[in-house]
Amino acid sequence: MTTTSKKLETVIVRFAGDSGDGMQLVGDRFTAATAHLGNDLSTLPDFPAEIRAPAGTPGGVSAFQIHFASRDILTPGDHPDTLVAMNPAALKAHLDALEPGGTLIVNEDAFTPANLRKAGYEANPLEDGTVEDYQTFEVPMTTLTTRATDEIENLKPAEAQRTKNLFALGLISWMYGRPGKATISWLEAKFAKRPAIMAANVAAFKAGYNFGDTAEIAATPIEVGPAPLDAGEYRNINGANATAMGLLAASVKSGLQLFFATYPITPASELLHHLARHNRFGVRTVQAEDEIAAVNMALGASFGGKLGVTATSGPGMDLKAETIALAVALELPLVVIDVQRAGPSTGLPTKTEQSDLLMAIHGRHGESPLPVIAASTPSDCFERAVEAVRIAVRYRTPVILLSDTFLTNSSEPWHLPDMANLPEIDPDFATGPNAGDEFLPYLRNEHGARPWAIPGTPGLQHRLGGLEKEHGSGKVSYDAANHALMTKLRAEKLEKLAEELPPLVVDADEGAELLVLGWGSTSGVIGAAARRIRGRGLPIAIAHLRNLEPMPANTGDVVRSFDKVLIPELNTGQLLSLVRDKYLVDAIGHNKVEGLPILAEELEQAILEVIE
Amino acid sequence: MSENGHSHGEGNGATATLTKADFQSGQETRWCPGCGDYAILASVQALMPELGIPPEKTVFISGIGCAGRFVYYMDTYGMHGIHGRAPALATGIATAREDLSVWVVSGDGDSLSIGGNHLIHSLRRNVPIKLLLFNNQIYGLTKGQYSPTSETGKITKSTPFGSEDHPFNPLALALGADASFVARTIDIEKKHLTEVLRRAAEHEGSAFVEIYQNCNVFNDGAFDAVRGKGGADNQIRLEHGQPIRFGADNERGVVRSPKGGLEVVEVADVGEDALVVHDVHVEDSSHATALARLADSPTGPTPIGVFRDVKRDVYGSSRQQELLSAHASATLADLDDLLRSGDTWTV
Repeated sequence: MTTTSKKLETVIVRFAGDSGDGMQLVGDRFTAATAHLGNDLSTLPDFPAEIRAPAGTPGGVSAFQIHFASRDILTPGDHPDTLVAMNPAALKAHLDALEPGGTLIVNEDAFTPANLRKAGYEANPLEDGTVEDYQTFEVPMTTLTTRATDEIENLKPAEAQRTKNLFALGLISWMYGRPGKATISWLEAKFAKRPAIMAANVAAFKAGYNFGDTAEIAATPIEVGPAPLDAGEYRNINGANATAMGLLAASVKSGLQLFFATYPITPASELLHHLARHNRFGVRTVQAEDEIAAVNMALGASFGGKLGVTATSGPGMDLKAETIALAVALELPLVVIDVQRAGPSTGLPTKTEQSDLLMAIHGRHGESPLPVIAASTPSDCFERAVEAVRIAVRYRTPVILLSDTFLTNSSEPWHLPDMANLPEIDPDFATGPNAGDEFLPYLRNEHGARPWAIPGTPGLQHRLGGLEKEHGSGKVSYDAANHALMTKLRAEKLEKLAEELPPLVVDADEGAELLVLGWGSTSGVIGAAARRIRGRGLPIAIAHLRNLEPMPANTGDVVRSFDKVLIPELNTGQLLSLVRDKYLVDAIGHNKVEGLPILAEELEQAILEVIE
Repeated sequence: MSENGHSHGEGNGATATLTKADFQSGQETRWCPGCGDYAILASVQALMPELGIPPEKTVFISGIGCAGRFVYYMDTYGMHGIHGRAPALATGIATAREDLSVWVVSGDGDSLSIGGNHLIHSLRRNVPIKLLLFNNQIYGLTKGQYSPTSETGKITKSTPFGSEDHPFNPLALALGADASFVARTIDIEKKHLTEVLRRAAEHEGSAFVEIYQNCNVFNDGAFDAVRGKGGADNQIRLEHGQPIRFGADNERGVVRSPKGGLEVVEVADVGEDALVVHDVHVEDSSHATALARLADSPTGPTPIGVFRDVKRDVYGSSRQQELLSAHASATLADLDDLLRSGDTWTV
């Protein structure tokens, strides 16, 4: 037992256990307590595709990593300082990531011969020197949890043992000085209707906390003070919830009722779960019969004057492609959110990737251009969702918003936005004739957008359809010159959008010869790697694209103004080929397709190699 | 576009003066001469003013196929969508806008092949849309391949040795999906068609209407046994509350079969009291299903008219009312409260 504590600026903790061990819950609660203390933080939930993957095997391990600090941080961190391994499989899967000399806490009770065998260990790693490079604490968590809960009435032994995750949470909360009060209140509320379960969880948590405080565990409690964030009100938020809030904000701001139709798919379903709760904002959610129906329902609702939105992940994007092309032809607002995951096909459904970029831009038949934008951080999903709606409504076009598994699940403190700063979103419905006493549904305004005349508006009856439309009148036209004109006009909408986009911002050091250009969820790691490079006294420039199609008008000038351009992506080089193609720049890729974010040290290394 | 210059500036107030011309877009119709679609279009355009719903409150949605062009000829709001997806598009608009009258026009390939999933799910949900299935038992627009309602053994360009497929019975399929309104009519039977569509329009949930439609180019005469000259004797015209009988002198009728289901008999052999009395409102769909199964193909005695018309919760409508009023009163301040509810902290 120690009374002093050690101050650290930044800490990374990883919890790892069976997918049924409740590691994600532990991670969420630890994150909530950490957010309360005012630390900056970033999280990385990482779990298998199976709900209950084979117990005890490395493939079934579920993990949650949190990086928190008394300064601002950009990523969930590379290597944990502390690893909690609830069984041998978790140790096997995650020990390599632990910093040498780092703290390893294992549930000693789980290291049985059977579990060791399932994890693929021939000998007990706690005894054969495997863990000797780490500060290892073997804690009999199952035994201590059982003992802590054995007085509770009406509690089955299996239920008691299941609370060992709370024991681990209690222990880590003590180690990092996270007060237990919020966690205990949360447990009391969550299990209010199941008193025995509630009592067991609380008892396990307290046992873990007290174990740290009183037992012969030599780890010194660590103090991580609050981060000097900008003044204002904060909450912790993940990408899924931030996207939902952004859609709500756009709905209220525009006066358009949100009509959200989707089909369940990992990891996009979270968005449906969030939005389905918001009756109060008039959100109409529909769980459609399939991906195709979902996007058609959303498009039908848009025709009816609603804010039609659908969301999915890669395989669902394939299915929606034909309807998205219809929306291009109809020139109606539609927002399609693609929470990217590792493909092709079912691929790695719970792992992250950025491999749908080219599909988003090009993945439709015919010449069917549409705007594509991407979120950079979990909280940025809010702003990007608003922007997707703004573009869709202003230009009467489908817009694809790219998110990914990492962004949707990861969380960070969010400086709550000032609603007064939301952009104008004016549906500008047509109310009368626009050409003398005639109504021409394909007559365009200065943005190249056509009128949005919704059913119920007297005198403006018109027929839309996938057949090519005559410029202006919107009548079916098979005329060759008209098709060429309409193809050009549809493309010009994107050119007009590019003109109004804010320029690509470059954060460049004096004398920097290398630009690191990114998009989407690599924003954090690019910033973190740049800090490391700057820490070495080397100059560097970084820039992040928030609009992928069209790109900001100055993008070409930016990439051409550096000797070298490095593009890190979680794919095999998709932005890379776009940049090379559009701007004839010999950019270099740094690519990773392992289902997990790029680490700062990996990117730092890649940058150093390019600089040399 | 109002190519004919019709205008109903007063919305509902103008319904008293509506005429057939108010529903005609004036766009040149481009179906083959002699196509059954012309007769259906004329009947629908004539019926619309009688429904008392102004054109701007009426929406026609179609998929791909010859029937898909229907929307261009109606001076209502319309959308010619993509193949098979019209019921999904229509579900979107009907759910979002409970104030509109939404119609889907589709064909046997569109609705029963590529779009089968959306058809059955819109019916099970009981979305307030009227689904008109123009069944011509052939793919017309792609020039004559067999369809999911073509008879087994059908010889077409894609099946030179005869199709192997067992056909769908569209009404039995709709009933299997728990459709709350199911009917069948015939393209050129103007009075019957109009009456059936009127009943469909009055129905509060999904209304599914199969229309036998002759494709005189690729499948001419498919319905001759029940349509036009010589077909009348095989038409079993269903009337709610009436014993089911038919024939030139009403000499034939329908009774319960000892094997289950229904069968056709000579009334003289069984007596009138033995005939099944038609009831469109019976909750159990087995009566309507047995009628649908009486003729799996229109080659002999075939029931037409309304098979089933029952009340069931309509998808969306009441919920949408609540949501609309919630949306109308929601403010950015409410959203601010939402964002600030739960765990927040101030720096």
